[in-house]
Amino acid sequence: MPRMNLSHFEASFLFALLASVVLGIVSKKSDRERLYYGAYVFGCFLLALFGIGWLMKLGHG
Amino acid sequence: MAKQKAEKQPVPPIGVWGPAVALGWLVPGGGHFLLKRRGRGLLLLLSITVMFVFGLMTRGAMFEPQSGDPLTTLINYGGFIGDVASGILYLLTVWLGYSQPDVAGAVHDYGTKFLVTAGLLNILAMVDAFEIAAGRKS
Repeated sequence: MPRMNLSHFEASFLFALLASVVLGIVSKKSDRERLYYGAYVFGCFLLALFGIGWLMKLGHG
Repeated sequence: MAKQKAEKQPVPPIGVWGPAVALGWLVPGGGHFLLKRRGRGLLLLLSITVMFVFGLMTRGAMFEPQSGDPLTTLINYGGFIGDVASGILYLLTVWLGYSQPDVAGAVHDYGTKFLVTAGLLNILAMVDAFEIAAGRKS
Protein backbone atom coordinates (compact mmCIF):
# COMPACT_ATOMS: atom_id res chain seq x y z
CA MET A 1 0.00 0.00 0.00
CA PRO A 2 1.56 3.35 -1.03
CA ARG A 3 1.97 5.77 1.81
CA MET A 4 1.21 9.44 1.84
CA ASN A 5 1.42 12.39 4.15
CA LEU A 6 -1.27 15.00 4.42
CA SER A 7 -1.10 18.34 6.18
CA HIS A 8 -3.73 19.13 8.82
CA PHE A 9 -5.51 21.36 6.33
CA GLU A 10 -5.46 18.80 3.49
CA ALA A 11 -6.76 16.03 5.76
CA SER A 12 -9.52 18.24 7.22
CA PHE A 13 -10.53 19.55 3.79
CA LEU A 14 -10.72 16.05 2.34
CA PHE A 15 -12.70 14.83 5.34
CA ALA A 16 -15.13 17.75 5.00
CA LEU A 17 -15.61 17.19 1.28
CA LEU A 18 -16.26 13.45 1.45
CA ALA A 19 -18.46 13.61 4.54
CA SER A 20 -20.50 16.45 3.00
CA VAL A 21 -21.19 14.42 -0.15
CA VAL A 22 -22.53 11.48 1.87
CA LEU A 23 -24.50 13.64 4.31
CA GLY A 24 -26.03 15.53 1.39
CA ILE A 25 -27.08 12.32 -0.35
CA VAL A 26 -28.67 10.61 2.65
CA SER A 27 -30.37 13.58 4.29
CA LYS A 28 -32.87 15.12 1.90
CA LYS A 29 -35.61 14.02 -0.44
CA SER A 30 -34.98 15.83 -3.72
CA ASP A 31 -31.77 16.27 -5.73
CA ARG A 32 -31.91 20.05 -5.39
CA GLU A 33 -32.25 19.83 -1.60
CA ARG A 34 -29.41 17.30 -1.47
CA LEU A 35 -27.12 19.60 -3.42
CA TYR A 36 -27.91 22.61 -1.24
CA TYR A 37 -27.61 20.63 1.99
CA GLY A 38 -24.29 19.09 0.92
CA ALA A 39 -22.93 22.56 0.10
CA TYR A 40 -24.27 23.91 3.40
CA VAL A 41 -22.63 21.13 5.44
CA PHE A 42 -19.36 21.62 3.56
CA GLY A 43 -19.50 25.35 4.31
CA CYS A 44 -20.13 24.60 8.00
CA PHE A 45 -17.15 22.23 8.08
CA LEU A 46 -14.90 24.89 6.54
CA LEU A 47 -16.21 27.57 8.89
CA ALA A 48 -15.48 25.32 11.88
CA LEU A 49 -12.07 24.42 10.42
CA PHE A 50 -10.95 28.03 10.02
CA GLY A 51 -12.75 29.27 13.15
CA ILE A 52 -11.26 26.66 15.46
CA GLY A 53 -7.90 27.00 13.71
CA TRP A 54 -7.81 30.74 14.46
CA LEU A 55 -9.00 30.15 18.02
CA MET A 56 -6.13 27.75 18.61
CA LYS A 57 -3.63 30.16 17.04
CA LEU A 58 -4.86 33.06 19.16
CA GLY A 59 -5.01 30.85 22.26
CA HIS A 60 -1.42 29.74 21.85
CA GLY A 61 -0.17 33.21 20.89
CA MET B 1 -49.47 24.27 22.74
CA ALA B 2 -50.60 20.94 21.42
CA LYS B 3 -47.86 18.37 21.23
CA GLN B 4 -47.86 16.40 18.04
CA LYS B 5 -46.65 12.85 18.11
CA ALA B 6 -44.83 11.49 15.08
CA GLU B 7 -46.83 8.73 13.49
CA LYS B 8 -45.19 5.39 13.97
CA GLN B 9 -44.78 3.70 10.63
CA PRO B 10 -44.92 -0.08 10.48
CA VAL B 11 -41.67 -1.81 9.53
CA PRO B 12 -42.11 -3.73 6.27
CA PRO B 13 -41.09 -7.40 6.08
CA ILE B 14 -37.35 -8.05 6.08
CA GLY B 15 -37.55 -9.49 2.57
CA VAL B 16 -38.34 -6.00 1.29
CA TRP B 17 -35.39 -4.14 2.76
CA GLY B 18 -32.97 -6.89 3.92
CA PRO B 19 -31.16 -7.46 0.59
CA ALA B 20 -30.64 -3.72 0.01
CA VAL B 21 -29.29 -3.15 3.53
CA ALA B 22 -27.06 -6.26 3.41
CA LEU B 23 -25.63 -5.33 0.01
CA GLY B 24 -25.25 -1.75 1.25
CA TRP B 25 -23.09 -3.03 4.09
CA LEU B 26 -20.98 -5.29 1.89
CA VAL B 27 -20.43 -2.75 -0.90
CA PRO B 28 -20.82 0.94 -0.02
CA GLY B 29 -23.66 2.28 -2.18
CA GLY B 30 -24.61 -1.27 -3.21
CA GLY B 31 -28.07 -0.97 -1.69
CA HIS B 32 -28.74 2.10 -3.81
CA PHE B 33 -27.57 0.27 -6.93
CA LEU B 34 -29.94 -2.60 -6.11
CA LEU B 35 -32.79 -0.11 -5.71
CA LYS B 36 -31.91 1.50 -9.08
CA ARG B 37 -30.55 4.73 -7.57
CA ARG B 38 -27.34 4.46 -9.57
CA GLY B 39 -26.20 8.08 -9.36
CA ARG B 40 -26.46 8.24 -5.59
CA GLY B 41 -24.98 4.74 -5.28
CA LEU B 42 -21.97 5.75 -7.36
CA LEU B 43 -21.37 8.90 -5.30
CA LEU B 44 -21.63 6.91 -2.05
CA LEU B 45 -19.29 4.22 -3.38
CA LEU B 46 -16.70 6.79 -4.45
CA SER B 47 -16.88 8.96 -1.32
CA ILE B 48 -16.73 6.11 1.18
CA THR B 49 -14.06 4.18 -0.73
CA VAL B 50 -11.85 7.26 -1.19
CA MET B 51 -12.14 8.06 2.51
CA PHE B 52 -11.23 4.48 3.45
CA VAL B 53 -8.28 4.32 1.02
CA PHE B 54 -6.90 7.66 2.26
CA GLY B 55 -7.17 6.25 5.78
CA LEU B 56 -5.06 3.25 4.75
CA MET B 57 -2.54 5.33 2.79
CA THR B 58 -1.92 7.59 5.77
CA ARG B 59 -1.27 4.43 7.83
CA GLY B 60 -4.36 4.63 9.97
CA ALA B 61 -4.85 1.76 12.42
CA MET B 62 -7.76 -0.68 12.58
CA PHE B 63 -9.42 -1.06 15.96
CA GLU B 64 -9.69 -4.45 17.60
CA PRO B 65 -12.26 -5.36 20.27
CA GLN B 66 -10.47 -4.80 23.53
CA SER B 67 -11.91 -4.31 26.97
CA GLY B 68 -10.52 -2.60 30.04
CA ASP B 69 -11.72 0.56 31.71
CA PRO B 70 -15.02 1.94 30.34
CA LEU B 71 -13.35 4.50 28.06
CA THR B 72 -10.97 1.94 26.55
CA THR B 73 -13.85 -0.45 25.98
CA LEU B 74 -16.00 2.27 24.40
CA ILE B 75 -13.24 3.49 22.08
CA ASN B 76 -12.07 0.06 20.96
CA TYR B 77 -15.46 -1.58 20.52
CA GLY B 78 -16.91 1.57 18.94
CA GLY B 79 -13.95 1.90 16.61
CA PHE B 80 -14.15 -1.78 15.70
CA ILE B 81 -17.85 -1.46 14.81
CA GLY B 82 -17.01 1.61 12.71
CA ASP B 83 -14.27 -0.29 10.88
CA VAL B 84 -16.41 -3.39 10.26
CA ALA B 85 -19.25 -1.22 8.89
CA SER B 86 -17.11 -0.54 5.81
CA GLY B 87 -17.96 -4.06 4.60
CA ILE B 88 -15.80 -5.46 1.82
CA LEU B 89 -13.23 -2.68 2.28
CA TYR B 90 -12.60 -3.81 5.85
CA LEU B 91 -12.64 -7.51 4.96
CA LEU B 92 -10.17 -7.07 2.08
CA THR B 93 -7.88 -4.96 4.26
CA VAL B 94 -7.74 -7.62 6.95
CA TRP B 95 -7.54 -10.59 4.57
CA LEU B 96 -4.78 -9.04 2.46
CA GLY B 97 -2.79 -7.97 5.49
CA TYR B 98 -3.03 -4.19 5.01
CA SER B 99 -4.19 -3.70 8.58
CA GLN B 100 -1.46 -1.73 10.31
CA PRO B 101 -0.43 -1.38 13.93
CA ASP B 102 -1.17 1.88 15.71
CA VAL B 103 1.72 4.33 15.39
CA ALA B 104 2.12 7.76 16.91
CA GLY B 105 1.69 10.81 14.67
CA ALA B 106 -0.94 13.32 13.62
CA VAL B 107 -1.24 12.01 10.06
CA HIS B 108 -1.72 8.40 11.21
CA ASP B 109 -4.29 9.61 13.71
CA TYR B 110 -6.21 11.28 10.87
CA GLY B 111 -5.97 8.00 8.98
CA THR B 112 -7.53 6.06 11.86
CA LYS B 113 -10.40 8.55 11.97
CA PHE B 114 -10.86 8.33 8.21
CA LEU B 115 -11.19 4.54 8.46
CA VAL B 116 -13.81 4.71 11.20
CA THR B 117 -15.69 7.55 9.56
CA ALA B 118 -15.89 5.65 6.27
CA GLY B 119 -17.74 2.90 8.16
CA LEU B 120 -20.01 5.36 9.95
CA LEU B 121 -20.91 7.04 6.66
CA ASN B 122 -21.68 3.60 5.25
CA ILE B 123 -24.11 3.03 8.14
CA LEU B 124 -25.88 6.25 7.08
CA ALA B 125 -25.99 4.95 3.51
CA MET B 126 -27.50 1.67 4.76
CA VAL B 127 -30.20 3.56 6.69
CA ASP B 128 -30.95 5.56 3.53
CA ALA B 129 -31.21 2.33 1.53
CA PHE B 130 -33.61 0.97 4.17
CA GLU B 131 -35.83 4.06 3.90
CA ILE B 132 -35.91 3.85 0.12
CA ALA B 133 -36.70 0.12 0.18
CA ALA B 134 -39.42 0.68 2.80
CA GLY B 135 -41.03 3.35 0.63
CA ARG B 136 -40.41 6.18 3.08
CA LYS B 137 -38.18 8.06 0.67
CA SER B 138 -37.84 8.34 -3.11
